[in-house]
Parts: sequence; C-alpha cells; structure tokens
Amino acid sequence: MIKYTETHEWLAADGSEVTVGITQFAADELGEIVFIELPEVGADVTAGTEVVVIESVKAASEIMAPVAGTVTAVNEELVDNPGLVNEDATAAWFFRMTVADPGVLDGLLDEDAYRARIGA
Amino acid sequence: MSSPKTTSLHGLHAETGAKFVEFAGWELPVQFAGVMPEHLHTRAHASLFDVSHMGQVLVTADSGDPSDAAAALETLIPADLIGLADGRQRYGLFTDERGGILDDLMVSRHGDRYLLVVNAARTEHDLGWLRQLRGVAVDHRTDRALLALQGPEAERALATLIPEAAQMRFMDSRPLEWAGHEVWVSRSGYTGEDGFEISVPNDAAEQFARALLAVDGVLPAGLGARDSLRLEAGMPLYGHDLSTDVTPAQGGLGWAVPKVRRLDGAREGGFPGADVVLAELRDGPARVRRGLRPEGRAPIREGVALYADDAATEPIGTVTSGSFGPSVGHPIAMGMLPAEIGGTVHAELRGRRVPVAVVDLPFITPSYKR
Repeated sequence: MIKYTETHEWLAADGSEVTVGITQFAADELGEIVFIELPEVGADVTAGTEVVVIESVKAASEIMAPVAGTVTAVNEELVDNPGLVNEDATAAWFFRMTVADPGVLDGLLDEDAYRARIGA
Repeated sequence: MSSPKTTSLHGLHAETGAKFVEFAGWELPVQFAGVMPEHLHTRAHASLFDVSHMGQVLVTADSGDPSDAAAALETLIPADLIGLADGRQRYGLFTDERGGILDDLMVSRHGDRYLLVVNAARTEHDLGWLRQLRGVAVDHRTDRALLALQGPEAERALATLIPEAAQMRFMDSRPLEWAGHEVWVSRSGYTGEDGFEISVPNDAAEQFARALLAVDGVLPAGLGARDSLRLEAGMPLYGHDLSTDVTPAQGGLGWAVPKVRRLDGAREGGFPGADVVLAELRDGPARVRRGLRPEGRAPIREGVALYADDAATEPIGTVTSGSFGPSVGHPIAMGMLPAEIGGTVHAELRGRRVPVAVVDLPFITPSYKR
C-alpha cells in the first residue's frame, strides 16, 4: 500500500513499518539534488519534525516525519549519490520507520488523491 | 505589485521549455534542461543566456568630444575612462559618499559613445545618478535585447553569424552588423569562460537567438546556471556580495580602481567617497570578500553566519553567496570576513558548526581569450 502526503512524500507500508521517500514531482521541482542528510537509526520522531535535509542546486528543503515512530533503517547510498533521487524517486527510499499508530496512515492521500493534488 | 516585464525572447523561451522565475521585476528563465547540465554544457561547449533585463545606457557628450563624456563619468566611477580606447571595455563601480558600492557595471567605448551595462535592479537608480551629470546625454536603450553566448565554442558559434567576432580579444567591444542590424558585441561575460555579450534590437532578437541556437553545440541556459557559473568564477553579484555596505577594497575589487585614480595618481580621487575608498586601498581593508569551501557536501547559503571556531558565540562574518559548484564537484561560497582571517572558519548550519576553509577566488581557472 502506497500513501502520499500533502508535502510530496510517499510511504510504502508493510505491516507496522513504512518506507519513506519523496515523489518524482517533488524531485523534479527541487532540481538536481547534491546533498542529503539522513536521520540516525533508532531515532524517535514525532509527526511534523524535520528528519531529512535535502539540498538541491537551487535550494535547501527537508522531509518532515509524516507520522510518529522510530527510524529503523536509512538508505546510505543516497549520501554518496544523491542524484539517485532525481533519476528514480520512487526507488530512492530515504528511511524506514516503525509506526506508533498504523491507523494514521489511513488519513493520508491515496494515489488518485495525490495525482489530483499535483494536477497530474 | 505590477506584473513582471518580459524580454523579447519570452516566447522563444517558453517554446524551448524554460521554467520561469521573477527576478528584479522581470520574468526570466531560471532553467531549461536543469541547472547542472546547463552549467556543465557552458564549460564544455556554449550556452545562450538572455540577459535583456540588464540596463543598457548610452552616454554621449553634448560637446561631441568623447573625453568630455569620459571625464563626466569619472566623477561617478573610479575607473580610467578617459584612457579607455575606442573598441575596448572596462569593469567599473558606482560609489557613494561613504565609499560603498552603488552598483557594478561594464563600460564600453564605441567611438564617441559610451555604452554602460548595469544591473537590472539598479537601472533606475543608476539612470537618476547619471542624469545629474552636466554636459552629457543619457539614453536608456529599452529597444534592445542583450544576449550572452558563453563557453569555449562561443567564438566558433558567433563567427558563423558575425565573422568579425573571431578577431576580437577579451574585453573588446564593437558595433558590428548582423543581417542589416546594428549589434553591439563585447568579448566578455559572467561565467569565467570565453564568450560574448551581444546587444541586438528587440525586433531582431528572436531571429538572432534562433540562429545561434541552430548552431551545433549551442544550448539555452537560464539564470540558475548563470549564478553557479559566476560563483565558481569568483565574480560578485550585486545585492548579495556587493552593496552600499561594501567598499571596493572590501569587495576584493581594488583592481577596478586603477593607479591613475588612486592617491598620487594623475587624476586622483574626484568620485564619491574617494577619501574613504583611496585610504582603504592604501591601508588595506578591515574585512574582505573571500572564497569559502565547506567541508563535506552540504552547501552553505547566503546569510549563514561564520564563526572563528566551533565554540565562538559571536560571528565574525557572513556568507554572501553559496551553492554547489557543478564543475568543481563540491559546495562553494563567498563571504565577508576579517582580512586577517585565514585557514578554517566555522559555519552555523542547522544548529551545527561545519568547518569551512577560507580560500582564494576563483574556484576555477578562467579561460579568457586575451
């Protein structure tokens, strides 16, 4: 099950764990990404707090934790090669986290709703 | 807020896939294929930039004697304009009474006319300043577009349309002809590459740009790449690295104030703020624009505070421009720092202190055709 946020993150849920990335739309808007800072594995995050920093040639951006939970894994490959996000944003995951309350995922956008949001 | 002005190439930009941004009251392309590929293409081949937002101003002496116009301009600009030969161009600065920089500009001499190219956001100010001069006519040429063709293949590309361009040297500037139109060609630019800036009548600009884009190796580029190119070349941007709070010496632009206008020069002073500017050039400035190279891959951007070490509580300087340098492959920046500072300083980035090496500008070796 893939869900989307209003702020252009995608969440792939597998039981109580979700994998988080940014959408291709967001990657295209940011332009060439040159730097990514990932959270620490084991970090407890609350929804809406900054967990990832993304710098493109144009500007700095960030990913806010879409839900509350604990970071279980990060994609270190992106640190060495941030351009992977521009190449294929749906494959370039940033981090995985457990979700304290899986029910909150139901409140996020499904693919149709996200497409409508970006006018695609 | 009124709607932004558009250049005579706006339709062509839209057709060639531009993403637009508002800049200094103009709607201009920020990118086409992307900042990174456009930047790298410019250093390897040639890119065409629309810089029609910049002010093009002709200054002519009422007397008909060009040295009268040069002398009048020298009362505002601490450059050697009386000594500027026909067909040559110089970089200059407008200074204020405190020695601060009001704008930076290029001045070319075409016979008895002086062509000034000034920053878009400063054009109205500069026109007001120039119109205070006595004995000269000031003509703001809004009927002309300005294109920059930059990169190692610029000469070959421009010569297909204007063969005489190939004979020009760096900082030559001449009125030439293309397809029956008078075009003003300068061999200079804002990228650190060989290249040209070409002033074309508005009604011929699109045809001219299409002819250049049809040449193998020439692609369009936007303001994003222009900014990263000039940053790598160590060139300051007015309103960011330069302002009325920055003097020529502090801006690292002492070279733009020649000996003849300095203390004990034949035409010493005679421009706004000369006492401050010349004393500081003699004694050395207390702070100066420096190159910065942050450790790691995170860019430091304009406004980021700089500290002497990772524990200091009082900043010693500020980043004035910063981004990722596509050709050098790491983040680069410029900032204002105390003149005695070297080695490593620390930037405050998202609550952490990042070590930043203080380095000489530019970050790349320019390749001008001298």
